[in-house]
Amino acid sequence: MPSQEVFSWLRTRFFPHIWCPGCGHGIIMHALLRALVASKKKKSETVIASGIGCSSRMAGYIDACTVHTTHGRSLAFATGIKLAKPELTVIDVMGDGDCTAIGGNHFIHACRRNIDITAIVMNNNIYGMTGGQASPTTPVGSMATTTPYGAIDPSFDVCRLAEGAGASYVARSTIANPKQAEQFIMNGIKKKGFSVVEIMTHCHTTFGRKNNRRTPIDNVNFFKNNSVPLAKAKEMSEEELAGKIITGEFVNKNVPEYTEQYLALIENVRGK
Amino acid sequence: MPEVAFWQGNEAIAYGALAAGCRFFGGYPITPSSEIAEIMAERLPKLNGRFIQMEDEIAGIAATIGGSIAGMKSLTATSGPGFSLKQENLGFAYMAEIPIVVVDVMRGGPSTGLPTKTAQQDVMQARWGTHGDHGTICYAPASVQECYEVTVKAFNAAERYRQPVLILSDEVIGHMREKVVVPEIDPSKLTERKRPVDIPEKFVPYRPDPKDDLPCMASFGDGYTWHVTGLTHNDWGFPTNNAEEIEKKMKRLMRKVDRFRDDIVEYETESVDDAEVVVLAYGSVARSSLKAVHDARVRGIKAGFFRPVTLWPFPDKEIEKLARKVKTIIVPELNCGQMVLEVERAVHGKAKVLPVNLVNGELFKPEEILAVIEEVA
Repeated sequence: MPSQEVFSWLRTRFFPHIWCPGCGHGIIMHALLRALVASKKKKSETVIASGIGCSSRMAGYIDACTVHTTHGRSLAFATGIKLAKPELTVIDVMGDGDCTAIGGNHFIHACRRNIDITAIVMNNNIYGMTGGQASPTTPVGSMATTTPYGAIDPSFDVCRLAEGAGASYVARSTIANPKQAEQFIMNGIKKKGFSVVEIMTHCHTTFGRKNNRRTPIDNVNFFKNNSVPLAKAKEMSEEELAGKIITGEFVNKNVPEYTEQYLALIENVRGK
Repeated sequence: MPEVAFWQGNEAIAYGALAAGCRFFGGYPITPSSEIAEIMAERLPKLNGRFIQMEDEIAGIAATIGGSIAGMKSLTATSGPGFSLKQENLGFAYMAEIPIVVVDVMRGGPSTGLPTKTAQQDVMQARWGTHGDHGTICYAPASVQECYEVTVKAFNAAERYRQPVLILSDEVIGHMREKVVVPEIDPSKLTERKRPVDIPEKFVPYRPDPKDDLPCMASFGDGYTWHVTGLTHNDWGFPTNNAEEIEKKMKRLMRKVDRFRDDIVEYETESVDDAEVVVLAYGSVARSSLKAVHDARVRGIKAGFFRPVTLWPFPDKEIEKLARKVKTIIVPELNCGQMVLEVERAVHGKAKVLPVNLVNGELFKPEEILAVIEEVA
């Protein structure tokens, strides 16, 4: 059960939620709310932006300044909000389709700009809401409704993509480790810059049923059995790491943040 | 004494936006509209405003909507191909009722078309470009002076009616340079969005004010928590599948423009009282048309001129009235016949409607329109 404080961040008026029983998204929402409470954030000064898909509905369930945008575009909306009011805490909750397919361009440019937004990528390797079509993070060989003979396209590594594009904080956890997920979200919120927290979750309804992970517990066990902490992964070969989920903090660096740069520019221009 | 400037249309739009209180611009470079972005990039930081060049046209309008949700009057500007890309989030702004102003400096299409040449091919796209029903407010300036003036009006309308407002300029108007008597804009006379009066605990974000049927709007960061979504929603801003709530929302969206149609519609006429032939034109084409009408009068032809300033809502009632007393309405356009369909709808057989179309990237010469007037007179 969530604490009273966490509970107060929910718009229970709008329940029941749309997520399937046993969906991992609730675990992530709980981790996010605990992180917001622990970071002493105020609801009216916190923005939650989202795109389209099961993940995006999270914005509606949280009692904050929430904006449920168009598919893949949430980071572009969030960028406008953050630039207009840099004092707001801006969280962007995305699915893997939002982040790496239709919103891939917005994602890499938010990383490049290093704007102070925390992007939480809920990666369930599938388009869940539309019924289980392959996404850019569907592992090769996996079954999906649009890969009836197994996926042949190589998948994206969200964290490496974020690192390459310039994000100042990049971490990965799974729904089997909610305390770690909460900690990484907190670190992301604290970081002055663009933060990416990828949280591996599951869609047993669409992905699991075609890939031998039919029940929620199958998926929790899958994450427990296949997660490798970063320190350990460094000592393992590429073959040994095949099919594993490397968890931990990949990037944690201090680089100039976009809105700070813009405000400095304003001061500079107006001072003249 | 008002300031006198010598501006291009694009410059006048940028300065008009600043005078209207615009403090946010999100966009992407595209010919022939880029000057608007360039001026905003230079001016906005000086006014503690925000300019951001986004990664694409879609992100440009998305950031613009974000700026407005956070409380800033926000602008984006583009041309044909970019206007196509913006349709997705333009629809979001209609559904979520977010005030923004979108400028489309028209060039030839379809596709990449004619980046440096003029056209009026986006008229129907401005009305129906994004999917789903919605009311449209769209201004079509015909001079640099008017670029400035309609931009101020566009911001006022966006804030007043809580919806996107479009400005359809074209390459000729955008790049033409002429004298502008810069009107003094009193900031206290500008329209500002209606703010909530309820305390945050009692705030219902999309509940219309019974007085004008329009909801107020809080900004993110102003102490209110609320939900913005592109899904069809109820007064709480929350997605709904309830038939009654869906219908209520959709009907209210449509009523916004219908109900205030007479306040919004603008047009200009000249010599129509005794006219037998009227040339009905907008934007750059209105300029060649007016010259043609003057020349026709010199030749003793009873010619008149009608210019819609707002393409949407369309001045249909006024045109219907005009049609009752004239023989022929000539509609020259830089497309294969778009606004003429609206003219025909308004005229409803009461006068002859004659489309004249040019799609070679050039502007009509007055003598080309004069020749048509002489033919029908």
